[in-house]
Amino acid sequence: MKRSVFPNRWLPYLLVGPQVIITLVFFFWPAFESLRLSLYRASPFGDRLIYVGLTNFERLFRDDAYLRSVITSFVFSFVVTFAGLALALLLASMANARIRGLAVYRSLLLWPYGIAPAIAGIIWLFVFHPSYGILPWLLSFVTAYQFNWFLKGWVAMALIIVAAIWKQFGYNLAFYLAGLQAIESSVLEAASVDGAGPIRRFFAITFPLLSPVTFFLFTLNMTFSFFDTFGLVHAVTQGGPGDATSILVYRAWRDGFEGLQLGYSAAQSVVLMALVIMLTAFQFRFAEKKVTY
Amino acid sequence: MKALLARTVALLAVAVLVSPSAALARTDIQWWHAMTAVLGERINEIAAKFNASQNDYEVKAVYKGSYPDTLNAAIAAYRAKQPPHIVQVYEVGTQTMLSSGAVYPVFQLVKDHGVTIDWNDVIPPVKSYYASGGNLSSMAFNSSTPVLFYNKDLFKKAGLPDRAPTTWDEVEAAARKLVASGARCGFSAAWPSWTLMENMHALHDQPFADHANGFDGLATTLKINGPFGVKMMELLQRGAKEGWFTYNGRLNKAEANMGNGECGVFLSSSAYIGNLTRASEGKFTWATGPLPRMGGFPQGSSIIGGATLWVLKGAKPEEYRGVAQFFRYLASTENQAWWAGVTGYLPISNSAVKAMEASGHFQKNPQQRTAITQMQLGKVTPNSQGIRLGNFPSVRDAIEEQMENIFSGKKTAKQGLDDAVAKSSDILKEFAALYK
Repeated sequence: MKRSVFPNRWLPYLLVGPQVIITLVFFFWPAFESLRLSLYRASPFGDRLIYVGLTNFERLFRDDAYLRSVITSFVFSFVVTFAGLALALLLASMANARIRGLAVYRSLLLWPYGIAPAIAGIIWLFVFHPSYGILPWLLSFVTAYQFNWFLKGWVAMALIIVAAIWKQFGYNLAFYLAGLQAIESSVLEAASVDGAGPIRRFFAITFPLLSPVTFFLFTLNMTFSFFDTFGLVHAVTQGGPGDATSILVYRAWRDGFEGLQLGYSAAQSVVLMALVIMLTAFQFRFAEKKVTY
Repeated sequence: MKALLARTVALLAVAVLVSPSAALARTDIQWWHAMTAVLGERINEIAAKFNASQNDYEVKAVYKGSYPDTLNAAIAAYRAKQPPHIVQVYEVGTQTMLSSGAVYPVFQLVKDHGVTIDWNDVIPPVKSYYASGGNLSSMAFNSSTPVLFYNKDLFKKAGLPDRAPTTWDEVEAAARKLVASGARCGFSAAWPSWTLMENMHALHDQPFADHANGFDGLATTLKINGPFGVKMMELLQRGAKEGWFTYNGRLNKAEANMGNGECGVFLSSSAYIGNLTRASEGKFTWATGPLPRMGGFPQGSSIIGGATLWVLKGAKPEEYRGVAQFFRYLASTENQAWWAGVTGYLPISNSAVKAMEASGHFQKNPQQRTAITQMQLGKVTPNSQGIRLGNFPSVRDAIEEQMENIFSGKKTAKQGLDDAVAKSSDILKEFAALYK
């Protein structure tokens, strides 16, 4: 690797300074504050701050609902990530073909990414809503089954999964398209000459060559579905019915900002933070070995 | 460059000269609220009228998002030592505010500034819900109570008489007929915990929580898993199973189904009258009636919801003087009658009710009369004076979560309510531990 030499000793520090400051102020400081607050029982207006040690965490792990929420979150995140990536890869492969009006298709496919999660939720609400949604209306011609996700947990879950996948779809697609275009056509042509069919070519060449992209997208989608899907849940299901769609980040928000149980909510954030750090570390430790750069 | 600079300076000078704050040294009063759409416009109207009525103070009404958002914004501002003077807090935040130590009680503020507001004129259900020791710590503002709505067109189609069902037996019978005649939703309700649990307990004089619903001390346990609560939930569970009760979500989500003419019988806030009037225009007709009662339980009263205005500590004396003046303005009979008339909220003073009667307002808007009559006929008992819980929003979530489990048949009524009680005990004890 080439080593850059700066004429001035302080210039490099000055250049990385802003980034370091932003990271410290907006990431490390709040994270540290949550860590500290999770050990307290704190009143909303800040007049009472009672040190309670690990009581907030005890309360969390005593609660079956919280453990259910952990499972719900993992199911949600894995389905959103795997199904989302598979779909994006499939469509990217198709969009990579040489067809007329390709630029238009590609641009259109990127659109959903420009939409905020809450808005995506509202859009899907218009599709799924038991009363004014178009899907239940169409289904009512075919089946008498009532798709009322106000009471049916799995329908509510399916709804937010579909909405989250759709929302993240454009982003995944953009990266896969770029990845596909970076693959040398000569490699694929050589494989064709050797007699490999399209499916063989995909699994033997394209997919391994895309592995850095897949790895990056996997990590990113996991964190997206763990953290950024709050707006979606808030707009559509409010965690219900029962607690069927009460993912961790939504619970933490609700107990903190609506319930004003600040210490308890901070403890949930800490657990969430630990889970995602573990997950990411795990991915880097094991999954990255399979990545060929 | 020089010319540009000169022009900029000139413009700035003009801006300073014409800006009203520079021309008149008026004291700013920040009023943070959570009212949207038509209600938000009415709030701005109140502020504008007050500002035009005198020269010393300028009330600035600022919309801060939903009720929880507004409360959070006020908390953040208070902790940053820049609180608004007045903040609108929903009824479930009452105990949080009372315990906060951040509040300048309104009765005290008014007294300290030589302003007289006749607190005895405040209607009993509002006064009982918000007062402690007979004193109002916050300024009663927008209060509503749930009532029953019914779709007259669907009733006609189902061959039902044109009158509101008054008991749960009648609701069930009507809802069954409605569904049989093709209605997509026989009966439904918005604000599930508030209309179906909190109000039903108060209306039938049943305790909701210990310590007299939290009025005699911090509540630590809910009492909703008694015979009444179980009976209520069993009825609705059966209704959901048999198809005459349709659950349509938390908060006011179900209003969408009433508003598009799907539901025959519906419970929601009396403040929904305005929106329903607009939603139903040219599509269907409707009317209101009192909340349905269940036989075999004593008479209580329905309770209120909505919000009050709290004054936060940390402002300057002359600003508080302005707040007191503003509250006197708000409390005037004329303004109360106007506010209730244009919004559908309850007029919060007896004199405002009388004024509205005298002006023939209820003859023109008979649907607005229902809520007031219902409140006047109610009996205020320890069970129906209101509900005051710490962390009330979380308690409501816990209840609604279990209501959904009951309606979907996942749990029996008794099991679901027991679980709701256990969960909310945890939440209530947490609050009590904070303020012990």
